[in-house]
Amino acid sequence: MSEAHVETAVHAHTAPTGFIRKYIFSLDHKVIGLQYYFLALVAVFVGIFLSLLMRIHLMWPTASLPWIGEIKPETYLTLLTMHGTIMVFFVLTTAPQSGFGNYVLPIQIGAPDMAFPVLNMLSFWITFLSFAVMLAAFFVEGGAPLSGWTQYPPLSAIPSAGPGQGLGMDLWIISIALFCAASLMGALNFITTVLDLRARGMSLMRMPLTCWTWFVTAMLALLAFGVLAAAGILLLLDRNAGTSFFVPGGLMVTGVPIKHQGGSPLLWQHLFWFFGHPEVYIAILPGMGVASQVLSTFSRKPIFGYKAMVYAILAIAVLGFLVWGHHMFMSGLSPYSAFAFSVLTMAIGVPSAIKTFNWLGTIWRGRVRLASPMLFAIGFVSLFVSGGLSGPFLAQPVLDIYLHDSYFVVAHFHLIMGVAAIFGIFAGTYYWFPKMFGRMMHEGWAKAHFWLTFVGTYAIFMPMHYLGMAGHPRRYSELTQVKFLEPLMSLQHFITIAAIITIAAQFIFVFNLFWSMLKGKKASDNPWEATTLEWTTSTPPPHDNFGGRVPVVRHGPYEYSVPGAPRDYTMQDEEVEIAKH
Amino acid sequence: MATLTQPVAADEREAQLGGRGPDIAPPPHRGGESGGPGFTESDRLRRYRIGLAVGLAPVVMFFVAFTSAYIVRQGLGGDWRSTVLPPILWVNTVILLASSFTVEQARRRAVLVDVGRDGKDRGLPWLGVTLILGLGFLTGQWMAWGQLAAQGVYVSTNPSSSFLYLLTGSHALHLGGGILALLYAAAAFVFGRPAATRRIVVDVAAWYWHFMDALWIYILALLYFAG
Amino acid sequence: MGLALLFAIWLITLVSSYFFYSDTWQMLPLASVHGSAIDQQMRLTMVLMGVVFLAAQLGLGLFVWKYRDRGTGSATYFHGHTGLEWTWTVLTAILFVGLNLMGYNVWAANRFQGASPGALQVEVTAVQFAWYFRYAGPDGKFGRIQPLQADASQGNEAAIGLDQTDPASQDDIVTTVLVLPENQEVDALLRAQDVIHNFNVPAMRVKQDVVPGLLIHTHFIPSKAGEYELACAELCGLGHYKMTAMVKVVSREDFEKWMAERVAEKQQ
Repeated sequence: MSEAHVETAVHAHTAPTGFIRKYIFSLDHKVIGLQYYFLALVAVFVGIFLSLLMRIHLMWPTASLPWIGEIKPETYLTLLTMHGTIMVFFVLTTAPQSGFGNYVLPIQIGAPDMAFPVLNMLSFWITFLSFAVMLAAFFVEGGAPLSGWTQYPPLSAIPSAGPGQGLGMDLWIISIALFCAASLMGALNFITTVLDLRARGMSLMRMPLTCWTWFVTAMLALLAFGVLAAAGILLLLDRNAGTSFFVPGGLMVTGVPIKHQGGSPLLWQHLFWFFGHPEVYIAILPGMGVASQVLSTFSRKPIFGYKAMVYAILAIAVLGFLVWGHHMFMSGLSPYSAFAFSVLTMAIGVPSAIKTFNWLGTIWRGRVRLASPMLFAIGFVSLFVSGGLSGPFLAQPVLDIYLHDSYFVVAHFHLIMGVAAIFGIFAGTYYWFPKMFGRMMHEGWAKAHFWLTFVGTYAIFMPMHYLGMAGHPRRYSELTQVKFLEPLMSLQHFITIAAIITIAAQFIFVFNLFWSMLKGKKASDNPWEATTLEWTTSTPPPHDNFGGRVPVVRHGPYEYSVPGAPRDYTMQDEEVEIAKH
Repeated sequence: MATLTQPVAADEREAQLGGRGPDIAPPPHRGGESGGPGFTESDRLRRYRIGLAVGLAPVVMFFVAFTSAYIVRQGLGGDWRSTVLPPILWVNTVILLASSFTVEQARRRAVLVDVGRDGKDRGLPWLGVTLILGLGFLTGQWMAWGQLAAQGVYVSTNPSSSFLYLLTGSHALHLGGGILALLYAAAAFVFGRPAATRRIVVDVAAWYWHFMDALWIYILALLYFAG
Repeated sequence: MGLALLFAIWLITLVSSYFFYSDTWQMLPLASVHGSAIDQQMRLTMVLMGVVFLAAQLGLGLFVWKYRDRGTGSATYFHGHTGLEWTWTVLTAILFVGLNLMGYNVWAANRFQGASPGALQVEVTAVQFAWYFRYAGPDGKFGRIQPLQADASQGNEAAIGLDQTDPASQDDIVTTVLVLPENQEVDALLRAQDVIHNFNVPAMRVKQDVVPGLLIHTHFIPSKAGEYELACAELCGLGHYKMTAMVKVVSREDFEKWMAERVAEKQQ
């Protein structure tokens, strides 16, 4: 067949040559996925470093650190703001979706690449630019902003309201606007790819659950990020163009009258949280997909209740757009709206519970192999249960009266986003590393990493519930001014020590990651004996994913231990018949 | 209970499920089994159309967010003073509607031409006219801003004027993107890109342009009736 | 490894559950009337969620050990069980939504109505980084506030921008300590001068954002004499951690006496 026809037929997919086209401005979804992953890896270490400084400051408030000096209250708040921002955007919205999704989705659905490879490359580089702008905020006059990743005006809208609220705040908004654009490009790509590039036989209800979560997460992003972009522009105008969308009249900040008139701080909160709530589902859904994938593979059993899992994912996504007001129970929201939001919030707990039951049902009567990906998947379930069950407390406005803006909330979102979602990333890493790099990660160090991280993160975040129950407010840079915090200092110290140890343990992971790329044991094409399409191709996959072969899918994604089968796994494209059940 | 039987060619059943194998007879020299994600011209055109439709959803959400801010802000405080719309906006609207007509002419000539026959530049003049009209619209919008400024109405004067500048400015920026798309389409003609590529580029640019037109009507209606 | 995992999950679960129920770190001792219903709902939620927590975690730990790969045998092949799926969906929905509806009355009582007409009105002003409390004085009327004239260096009245040209302002009493009588309903009028703050008195189970541009009411009845801390609970800038004040609840007689002293001071 002529080159030209191959070009048209497989979407101009001749492999690139030259370092720049192969690794820098690559159009290959696998390279782009890894670029996103490594961006997130850098971001997570920046984010962890910021939180380490925060914890050190809380325990030793007067300590002077090398190069950084003393951590003043405004520094602490800057650390807090940028920690949250970097972790939520550049780690949790990046690695699980843009990182793993980009790499694995096309292969799992039997496609040679994403629908729009050029757009894909652009979306990575704009994300990279966004991260650079965000980091630049630290180095401009006044430094990075201190109004929390939630950036409530008027604090975020008035440059004189605090140090860092000047140029640093403007750079924050610009960075986020770039991030929104990049995310939307990515979402467009993911959705079109799932709708239009699935292999023959890959019906939607035969897609691996990972693909479902990447698909639905992309839809969440598609509808949410545009609203964040709009809110950011309104804030930028209030700050720089004299408009008053969010800033009311009659304000005096440090003795200086503010000229704005008639805006509403609550308007920002509505717009922000309309984005912000779907955002947290964007952060967790891919991890749920990975957990399902890994639990099934390593229990040698089909996922329990595949259809229910799909419906649960869809229900979480739809309800996720209807609950944003639960972040605003104490904000001055109408108590009637608050009640409506709270009922919907309790409702969203139901599909999450269904997923948990189904994960347990997958392990039940399975043949569990406790390899490192499985340890992290099990850890994911445990941490998701722990973090999820504090939700029904916060979902009740009457309890939120006591718990709002306390460490109880910090415990809740860290256990789900700051640990469970991260465990999803670890599980995905240990699971797909062999496919990506052709080598196995060192299993001993992986297990050490798991144990230290599992116990360590519980030690950090479980005690924060007790702090919250004792009334400890969040975002306090010093803990010496409120008497009822005195008995809680020992617990804060315990948390700091646990954090230092757990953070240190992450270096085992990084070392393992890079060492194994060079020196890990060579991996076979399907080391985990898994069924989905990425395991039918070579390790690492060729440029067009299947080496010219066009996959045809004949089964669902989790046909493990089929009675009468010669092996305890049946690949999705295997030419055998599995009778209906 | 599930059982494994003899290997069976399951392709007929698969033909009913899953992704889109080509709906038309595969072109000659297509290797491998027929099936899987299609890469024929019609497949690619469909793919880009889906991409555009998906990509317009966030643009809608962006303006929905502004609309909700508009309604909320109007209901607060009582400091809202309606801004009189500069009459040139109506002229600009007519220009934009005309440009939708011309871009549709370009689109039909580029897209409905048979595959394989070079749709020789028949769309290009229409693209050119659309570009001129589009630039005319943007110039007219700029003049509207000038007229407002001449009366002392700026972005910070009043919440009503803030939204007027915001909505017209955001729309103009998005339309600017459309201008770039049209330029790209025109370049595809000028530099002799294959007909299949020209079809896709013109089609996507044209649909985007129509959407921008509809969005403008919506914005104008919001400003006029809910100002 | 399976046994170690079971042990770890069980240990973490049991230890953390213990600390949720023990008295080591507990809610601040209650000092308001409506708070007892809140505490009750909190305890109910704790028990129900605790049962689910224990069941799920202990079950997870058990399963990963019990169903470990022993080298022989195979996993049981099934794709799910629709009946079971419906059952636990419905039960979970009843549990979660039911729990929420049980808290409805407490929320309604607290928030759907304003304070009763005889409540003691106190205006609370939140500013970076201090709290001011204004009593209406003998005339029962709050004087006008001119926010743009606020000047903390000129005393409490000036700090909140009290317009002395308004006759109703003459007898307004502004303090930095919130003194309240026991067992009398308080209607707190919350206003902010610069950014969002939060009127947070955890011992009284009172918390409400104080939003610039809005005047928000919150009402409660202090039930026990004593001193309670008010600690801002919405990030308001670099002094957020020290934006505190004392709430002093005294007997009615002591409150009348204190008020009389303040009124006398003003008239001097």
